[in-house]
Amino acid sequence: MNAEFNHLLKSAAKGRISRREFMGRAAALGVTAATASMLLASAARAEGPVKGGTLKAGMAGGESTNSLDPALAASEVPFMVNMTWGEMLVDVSAKGEIDYRIAEEVSSNADATEWKFKIRAGVEFHDGKTVTADDVIATLKRHTDEKSQSGALGIVQGISEMSASGDMVTLKLAAGNADLPFLMADYHLVIQPGGGVDNPAAGIGAGPYKVVAFEPGVRHVFEKHANYFDTTIGHADTVEILVINDNTARTAALQAGQVHMINRVDPKIIDLLKGVPGISIEAVAGRGHYVFIMHCDKAPFDNKDLRMALKLAINRQEMVEKILGGLGSIGNDFPINAAYPLFDDSIPQREYDAAKAAEHYKASGHDGSPIVLRTAPGAFPGAVEAAQLFQQSAAAAGIPLEVKVEPDDGYWSNVWNVEPFCASYWGGRPVQDQMYSTAYLSTADWNDTKFKNEEFDSILLAARAELDQTKRKEEYSKMAHILRDEGGLILPMFNDFVEAKRDEVAGWQPDPNGELMNGRALVKCWLNA
Amino acid sequence: MHPILKLVVQRIALGLLLLLAVSLLIFAGTEALPGDVAQSILGQSATPEALANLREALGLNEPAMTRYFKWLGGILTGDFGVALTNGQDIGQAIGQRLGNTLFLATSAAVISVPLAILLGLVAARYNGRWPDKLISGVTLSTISLPEFVAAYFVIYLLTQLIPIFQPVAMVFPGMSFWEKLQAVALPVIVLVLVVLAHMMRMTRAAVLNVMQSAYIETAELKGLGPMTVIWRHALPNAIAPIISVVVLNLAYLVVGVVVVEVVFSYNALGQYLVDHVAKRDLPVVQAVGLIFAAVYIGLNILADVISILANPRLRHPK
Repeated sequence: MNAEFNHLLKSAAKGRISRREFMGRAAALGVTAATASMLLASAARAEGPVKGGTLKAGMAGGESTNSLDPALAASEVPFMVNMTWGEMLVDVSAKGEIDYRIAEEVSSNADATEWKFKIRAGVEFHDGKTVTADDVIATLKRHTDEKSQSGALGIVQGISEMSASGDMVTLKLAAGNADLPFLMADYHLVIQPGGGVDNPAAGIGAGPYKVVAFEPGVRHVFEKHANYFDTTIGHADTVEILVINDNTARTAALQAGQVHMINRVDPKIIDLLKGVPGISIEAVAGRGHYVFIMHCDKAPFDNKDLRMALKLAINRQEMVEKILGGLGSIGNDFPINAAYPLFDDSIPQREYDAAKAAEHYKASGHDGSPIVLRTAPGAFPGAVEAAQLFQQSAAAAGIPLEVKVEPDDGYWSNVWNVEPFCASYWGGRPVQDQMYSTAYLSTADWNDTKFKNEEFDSILLAARAELDQTKRKEEYSKMAHILRDEGGLILPMFNDFVEAKRDEVAGWQPDPNGELMNGRALVKCWLNA
Repeated sequence: MHPILKLVVQRIALGLLLLLAVSLLIFAGTEALPGDVAQSILGQSATPEALANLREALGLNEPAMTRYFKWLGGILTGDFGVALTNGQDIGQAIGQRLGNTLFLATSAAVISVPLAILLGLVAARYNGRWPDKLISGVTLSTISLPEFVAAYFVIYLLTQLIPIFQPVAMVFPGMSFWEKLQAVALPVIVLVLVVLAHMMRMTRAAVLNVMQSAYIETAELKGLGPMTVIWRHALPNAIAPIISVVVLNLAYLVVGVVVVEVVFSYNALGQYLVDHVAKRDLPVVQAVGLIFAAVYIGLNILADVISILANPRLRHPK
């Protein structure tokens, strides 16, 4: 690479010339756009983060009903808020490894029933107190109390005994769980002083930013926690989340520079947005997926042939193209994809096959009356259109589907988990065990396909305590096969997180764990001056 | 007692009675919604145990009548209670949001009302000629445009093509008056476009109606200019219908602008109400509903009183 290009690269990395100008001049020097873009990203990283400034995110998924109590977080904005002011024992890194935060070391006994977390020394809460093992225990205890209505109740329920001695937290489990450290990264399990028992919504944590203004459904303002233990992150002086639920307004705010990054870019406008100067689209393959769920215990879905007929009658490729605008990948009727550790990629892909679907449909002996599929605009983005596509591809196989569009209001209480066949979505979980335990174990509260299979359950429990990774991978593969062939889950597509940021934002790295760099975008990115 | 004063007192008493009836209706209406708060709060994550716990904690197991009277008692003593969803004090939250609602409504009204009346008078003056047709055509097309389309159009025009305003119109305490005005510029433009036509058409129609009268002819015959005739003789006699339309639009600016609020992420009362309806947060829904009803009733009383004051026949009833 010649000297002129190097100079150009350095100027762009320091922000002296704009990205657009850099790309244009690089092209003039004969460097392809892809190479130039890659070199610029690494040059910007090498140049080091720029400290200071105000970094702003415009986000969908916030309501004026949100609380600062981390246990109650359920939508995107509260999730991001937790990740900005809160700190957990550990995080899960973009590569799917444990990133040690308040805990600096984790170890377990041979059957994974007893776990020890060593608490990092000198981590400070926003109120100046030091984080102790007792704070950790008190926090976990609060989440095990059903009155706290914690979203992490299912995770901490398996802990039968907790104790603290010095800087060591010991958790004993009723049954072995090799994934426990991953579960402790759940975004509800923010460590609070005294466990946050006195005032759960105080917003005092040990995270990189302190809460300055909390206006639910409007905006959240944070300032740098001066004594934060990790100096490699937390670059901006102030960070802000503006709640902008309207798609058009959110995009316009990004274009006008009122915010630096946005979540949930509408797939329909990706191509238009690509041409806008100063903005780049970030599509990250994640673990979230859009589904159609059948109750395995209710007619006509209690018939295995009928379930198989419907699974074969959906055109997955078409859905990814038309519903996700190509930003996603096809599903295989089990909720795991390559973004999970221990994924078995040798499981054959199920394809659209009208002839085979018709065979299974005939074998099911269904009386030919229309099968009602319920959907709603809010079931997932494009859920109504997806149901209509499903209806057409099923009709080609001679299976009559009747699409019933329900109102968004009350969908999750009146339709989902109540009606036997409807559209829904799942966010991912950090590990396979958690995904399966949450929704496919016979006794799971959220078993929304009413899938009850003894063999599946026993493998799941065995795999959970298995520390040998090879064996564990085999067991997960077996479970995937069972669910894929027997279950009530039709999983046509995994959706990417589609986000956009302005070019002055640096330090962006794709993270499959969650939206906006798993909620840490404001913490890990910086503004090139 | 002066008959006017008596009338005003009567109207206010009637208004209060109406408000009480509305409170009952609101309460009954929210009771009739499908699903309950506990279910809505927990959403997809609802388990039977968690539901039972939450219902207990929220006091949803008490009979409806008991809850109604408790609620009404609280409101009479200025206590709106706390939001079920996040425990925030409703009175405080509403206070700030109501301020924002009124700020937006006032800004839009200050521009739209005088403009509409002026345009209406001009249209009446040039009845059937090109200024009339132009004014009618433009205002009718802006009112025909759905609010959100107008909003997106304005966003595109004034933040992308000519970037002079910001698309997100949030206002916060601590902003100066000028900053606030700048923030709400776009929603104000949209609201003016939306309410202009109605008031303008009514002004034009009312004035033209009066212009048929014999005394207008007299005024013209004694040599007054057309604008003077309209201003001195026609407008004062057309004021009653104009006032009632203006007030109707003012009420709309306060209670009916949720779509505009959402598009511009303006943190006012409508958005607050919708969020809480979605979560079945009944105390908030009831409180905001009651405030909206009070605004509506209050403005209508005002319209009645002004109409009566403006009309000598009603002012001096036989």
